[in-house]
Amino acid sequence: MCGIVGLFLKQDALRPKLGDMLTDMLITMTDRGPDSAGIAIYGEEAEGSVKITIQSDTPDADFDGLEAALGAAIGGGVTVKPVNTHAVLVLPVEKETDAIAFLESKGLRIMGVGTSMEIYKEVGLPKDVAARFGLREMGGSHGIGHTRMATESAVTTMGAHPFSTADDQCLVHNGSLSNHNQMRRKLAKKGIFTKSENDTEVGAAYISSRIADGATLGEALEGTISDLDGFFTFVTGTKNGFGVVRDPIACKPAVMAETDDYVAFASEYRAFADLPGIEAARVWEPEPATVYFWER
Amino acid sequence: MSTLDMSVTPLREVNVTLQEAAKSQSNNAYEITNPRGSHAVAVGLDGPLSVTVKGSTGYYCAGMNKLATIRVEGSTGPGVAENMMSGEVVIEGDASQYAGATGRGGLLNIKGNASSRCGISMKGIDIVVHGNIGHMSAFMAQKGNLVVLGDAGDALGDSLYEARLFVRGTVKSLGADCIEKEMRPEHIEILQELLARAGADAKPEEFKRYGSARRLYNFNIDHADEY
Repeated sequence: MCGIVGLFLKQDALRPKLGDMLTDMLITMTDRGPDSAGIAIYGEEAEGSVKITIQSDTPDADFDGLEAALGAAIGGGVTVKPVNTHAVLVLPVEKETDAIAFLESKGLRIMGVGTSMEIYKEVGLPKDVAARFGLREMGGSHGIGHTRMATESAVTTMGAHPFSTADDQCLVHNGSLSNHNQMRRKLAKKGIFTKSENDTEVGAAYISSRIADGATLGEALEGTISDLDGFFTFVTGTKNGFGVVRDPIACKPAVMAETDDYVAFASEYRAFADLPGIEAARVWEPEPATVYFWER
Repeated sequence: MSTLDMSVTPLREVNVTLQEAAKSQSNNAYEITNPRGSHAVAVGLDGPLSVTVKGSTGYYCAGMNKLATIRVEGSTGPGVAENMMSGEVVIEGDASQYAGATGRGGLLNIKGNASSRCGISMKGIDIVVHGNIGHMSAFMAQKGNLVVLGDAGDALGDSLYEARLFVRGTVKSLGADCIEKEMRPEHIEILQELLARAGADAKPEEFKRYGSARRLYNFNIDHADEY
């Protein structure tokens, strides 16, 4: 069992409240997943820049002097904003590959990369994870979150969702995949490597590889139905929106709500209880083996 | 009419209050406000009582109901009216998966749609769904009636025993051993009565009946090679 939430705003006026709304939804899903929690939030884009979210278990030591050291290594133009165990680095987009190589050589964990996406995830109760990163104060256009009850791999930061396997793409999952080892090997043959033993990361890598091969988000999600075996309700985030797909058996719960202001996804209706105008929203259960996505 | 506000009254207190009221045979009316998708609202009622839930609920609402009438003015999560013995549960909105599972009696009246596995292993309950139902509905259903005014999803009535399935719309596919059967006068009569009880605007003649071909009841030696 895990909890998933997602929120896609249709009105810019709500953007400053995105983190607050998502945090309430995430905390409501605590008893579906008390092991770890995470959120991917799509916020402001900086022209010509890329954001890299990193994590360290010893942030004070690792983030001190990082701005200067990374700047020297890649030739300047870096800002580092530490947020608890994470830091968001902003740097020129053409320096992305060099920067990642430098960060990995220092043993820093890459949570995600993108022009608008930031990822925050840690072990612990959703309310504690939300508080340490100040999720409530974050704004943005859309975001997805996850509360994890671990089954397929250890309770660690790297085993927490969302998983990001390409720039501005991420995935959260409720369920368990049974062909993830086989798919991991298939992807490795194509040169796509995952960082953890986790089944969901393979699902994320599968979707990213399909998109890299030219598939649309809809086609990539459609592909999960035939190529991934097991139980899944997936919510995937991209720069422009989010998508939802459930396996044909659809035993993992899912409910959606739409108003003029937003589209919301959750494992259970109670995560919607505090959303504005929910009483008048169109609320429905996504059909099995059917792809839904919203993009701006 | 007494009101229990779930924004201030804990779930357990709400259920204990309702269960004691039901047991006292008082036939009182209760209103539950602010359910906010809570699990297990109004479960285990054993006696005549009228309960109205003002909003949507989560998992296992109205489970194990006996004699009470429970109306949900919203949608319900998975497992609504699971193992109902008697009484009536009315859902004004939609019901999530396995609505009315293993129910032994009473009427489950869903005004919206029900999703997958509606009436799974039903054992005597009557279920009327005014909208559509999802895949694998009435799987291993043993007894009772499932009436669907809309369409049914894949594998309707898979491994069915003696429950009667009536569908007005289309059936995406029938499950193993489920077949269409002729509508005889006694079925029209049963359907007429159920539609009237559920307040459904439909004519019995518009429905098709599905039931068990009874080929899975006994092991067939000619199929030994298939195992």
